[in-house]
Order: sequence, then C-alpha cells, then structure tokens
Amino acid sequence: MSIRVRIPTVLQKLTQNRIEVEGDGRHVRELIENLEKNFPGIKERICDDTGRLRRFINIYVNEEDIRFLQMDMTPLEQGDEVSIIPAVAGG
Amino acid sequence: MSYVKGLKCRECGRSYPKEALYVCEYCFGPLEVDYDYKRIRESLTREVIESRPKNLWRYRELLPVDSEPADGLNSGFTPLIRARNLEKVLGVKELYLKDDSVNHPTLSFKDRVVAVALSKAREFGFDTVACASTGNLANSVAAQSAVANLKRYIFIPADLELGKVIGTLIYHPVLVAVEGNYDQVNRLCSEIAVKYRWAFVNINIRPYYAEGSKTYGYEIAEQLGWQSPRHIVVPCAGGSLITKIWKGLKEFQKLGLLDAVDTRIYAAQATGCAPIATAIKDNSEIIKPVKPCTIAKSLAIGNPADGIYASGTVRESGGWAEDVSDDEIVEAIKLLASTEGIFTETAGGVTLGVTRKLIELGRIPRDESIVVCITGNGLKTQEAVHEKIGRPITIKPNLESFEKLVGVCNDTAEQPAAQYNFIREEVV
Repeated sequence: MSIRVRIPTVLQKLTQNRIEVEGDGRHVRELIENLEKNFPGIKERICDDTGRLRRFINIYVNEEDIRFLQMDMTPLEQGDEVSIIPAVAGG
Repeated sequence: MSYVKGLKCRECGRSYPKEALYVCEYCFGPLEVDYDYKRIRESLTREVIESRPKNLWRYRELLPVDSEPADGLNSGFTPLIRARNLEKVLGVKELYLKDDSVNHPTLSFKDRVVAVALSKAREFGFDTVACASTGNLANSVAAQSAVANLKRYIFIPADLELGKVIGTLIYHPVLVAVEGNYDQVNRLCSEIAVKYRWAFVNINIRPYYAEGSKTYGYEIAEQLGWQSPRHIVVPCAGGSLITKIWKGLKEFQKLGLLDAVDTRIYAAQATGCAPIATAIKDNSEIIKPVKPCTIAKSLAIGNPADGIYASGTVRESGGWAEDVSDDEIVEAIKLLASTEGIFTETAGGVTLGVTRKLIELGRIPRDESIVVCITGNGLKTQEAVHEKIGRPITIKPNLESFEKLVGVCNDTAEQPAAQYNFIREEVV
C-alpha cells in the first residue's frame, strides 16, 4: 500500500471516520477500485452509474487537478498523495 | 421566525437538516436552502418590503436565518443608476448600473453574502470564521467578523492586489497568503475545513452564504419599480452570483411580487479566465477548468464550483456570454469613470466591456432595458490602471507656469496627462 488518500468529511462514514487512508493502483481508476475493496460503497459515491467521476467531485494528485492531467487514467506512483474534494464556492 | 424547511441537494433532491452541511453525501451535489414559499407568500408583500429599512434584510423571509439578523445591518440597497452618458456612448436607449462598488462596509457585493454567512455562523455557535478569497470576500469577512467579535482566518493567493491585502489586514485577521492561484487556495481550505471546526463561509456555510447574492437581484427589480429588466449582464467567477440573481427574480415572480420575468442573463468573463463563457459559446455541458491569467483577479477562478449552474442560467433565460481582454477591461474601467463617475475594479471593467461587446455584436438590442452589474470598487485594484491613466501635471507655483501648461493643452486638444513628459521638461 503506497498512496495516501485524503477523504472528505462526507465520505468519512465509509472509512471509519479516518481523514486519510492508504490505497494502491497504477492510476486513479485503479485506486478507486482498490478503495472500494477496503471501504465498500465508496466507489458509487465518487463515480456515477456509468463509472465516470461525478461532476461535482474534484480529485487532485500531488495537488494538481486530474483534469489538467489524464483524468482517471492519471498515473500514480508510490508516495503520491491523492485528495478527493467536493467543489466549493468562490470569492 | 424562520421560513427555512431544511437543505436539499440541488442534483438528486435528497433532504438534509439545517446544519453546517454543504454537499450531498450521496452524489456530491451542492445543497441548497429549501424554503416554505407558501408561508412566505402569505406574509411578504411589496408594501411590507418597502416599509423596512434600506438594507438587504428587507427581504429577510427569503434569507436563511432563523433569529433576528445582527450582521450587515447597513449592507445592500445600493444605488441603481440610470447611466445617461453611457447610453449615448454605447448607443442604447435604457441602461442602468447596479452599483455595489459602494456597498457597506467593504465596497463590494460580498458584503451581502457575508452578512448572511456570519448571521448563520453565529446561529450555529461557531466562534471562528474563515474563507478562501480572491480579495473582496477577504475584505468583507475580515471587517464583518471584527464587528461580530469572531476569530478570523483568511486565505488568499499570494499575488493579490495590495489594496485587497491592506483592506483585509486592517481588520486584524490571521491573513494567510498561499503561494498558488485561487483554485489552489480553495483546495487547501477544503482540506483545512475537514480538520478544523470553523465556519468557512464559502465551504461549509456555502448554502446559506450564497443566498445573500439573491438580494442583488431583488433590489434591481424593486428599484426598477417592481419590474425585471430585459437584460442583465453579470460578472462570473465561481458562477454563484449570476445563478442567484436569476433565482431571486424567479422567486419574486413565484411570490407574486413581479408580474413577469422576461429577462435574459449574460455571463461576463475575462478572456484569461473564461471557463463559463467558453462552455456557453461552445454549447458544452461540461465546464473545462483553466489556469487563470488575467488582471481581473477577483474573477480568476479556473474551476468554478457553480459553473454548470451559471451556464444553465444563461441558457434557460435566453442570454449569452462573452469575454474581454485585459486591455478591454482597462478601457471599460476608464469609460465608466469618465462617463458616470464610478471607479470600478477589474470585475466591473469585465462586465462593462462585455456589455459593450454584446451590444456591438447585436446580442443585446439597443432599444431595451439593460442592467450592468458593478460589483466592486476600483480603489482596491489600482495596479490594473496605474500606468494607463496618465499622471498629474507638475508645475511651479506661479501663474506663468500654469498658463504655459493650459496653452499647451488648448493647442493639442489632447488629454493634459498625455502631454505630461513634454510639459514637465518645458516647465521645470
């Protein structure tokens, strides 16, 4: 297990209230599958029925929005940090 | 007395209690305040509103507070100005400026949302407020939380205009300048909000905070004599204001306070950060995030949370969107100042620049009523125009020196400031 994943408050019920968990995967999509194994139910919260990321969710790999990278095929390496964050308002 | 039933997910419709929640735990959709419009309709009339003090709380039934409002008691009800000089320049018949550059206490429309956010934060029992900001929100949260005796943490991008930094620091908050753009500040604040039980006005207080923007729309309608204009041009950053102006007008119609809302809403952005305008022009359902690069820093949000609702508002109302370059922004700021005597910040330059473009493109007809949303004050973004408006003309303290100068100005028929270097060499 090599990737640190920060979990938003709304998903912490599924991670036994843990703010940060460990995961594994060669890219973001695999990481989500891996999280689902350890925390059942988390995938359907992050992805819609077709398996695509929900539109109000933002995922960052090492602080960069994956929409500027390769979306859910963004590659991951040992030691990477992933943040899952709901969209927030501006000001 | 409260007319709020609870919160509701804007996407899937699930209900939530009136708490410091902001996102649906099932679909991640944003939560919105759910009002009891039937009861509001029974008590809220034009006469009731008109009898109240001239601040944003005159619409209190449509704002999400349960107790007597204690914040922003002088915020809102800013001037709606008939812009006759500008009408001539732009070649239009009926143009108005909704001028929040003089909003109380911090000279931007953010005083509205913060008034509501702080009232709600205090109801929830928070002792600390915080926000991520491009500047105007920082100013307003810092000022209004000082009055409310709340602890305050403000997060801004490190490259913000000096006026916005000073206009925050003066209220003595903890001001954190983050080395990154606004979207990075926002991401960081989301992570901080998970760990600290603070009222982040634009994160966990967002559903309540955002409702304050409706008052901008209510006031336009009330000040036009309980009528909605044909066209409203709104600056877009996160996309909340434009969405809420539209919501406000439709609420007024639903409550019978307006007979009809035949209004088209237009989104205005800077070319260097135009994810919402691009989606509208491309007729795309997706808001593609961008890395902002514009002098309009208050609008420099590359990943707009309400972008999809902003573009939806424009489509539903039959409006359109445009974007303008940094040069066009500066030109529009100068145009507004020299025609109507209003010094707006870069966001106002964007809005007026886009209005001009939409008129020239024929998107907005010249013979119908237009409202331009001026949301902030130019004294806060002086860097944007500093080198582009000339300089004062220095003379010796004697009549000869002055008359020499006046002669030069009369000869050339140009702006005195444009002649500055030449004059100074001659006179000094």
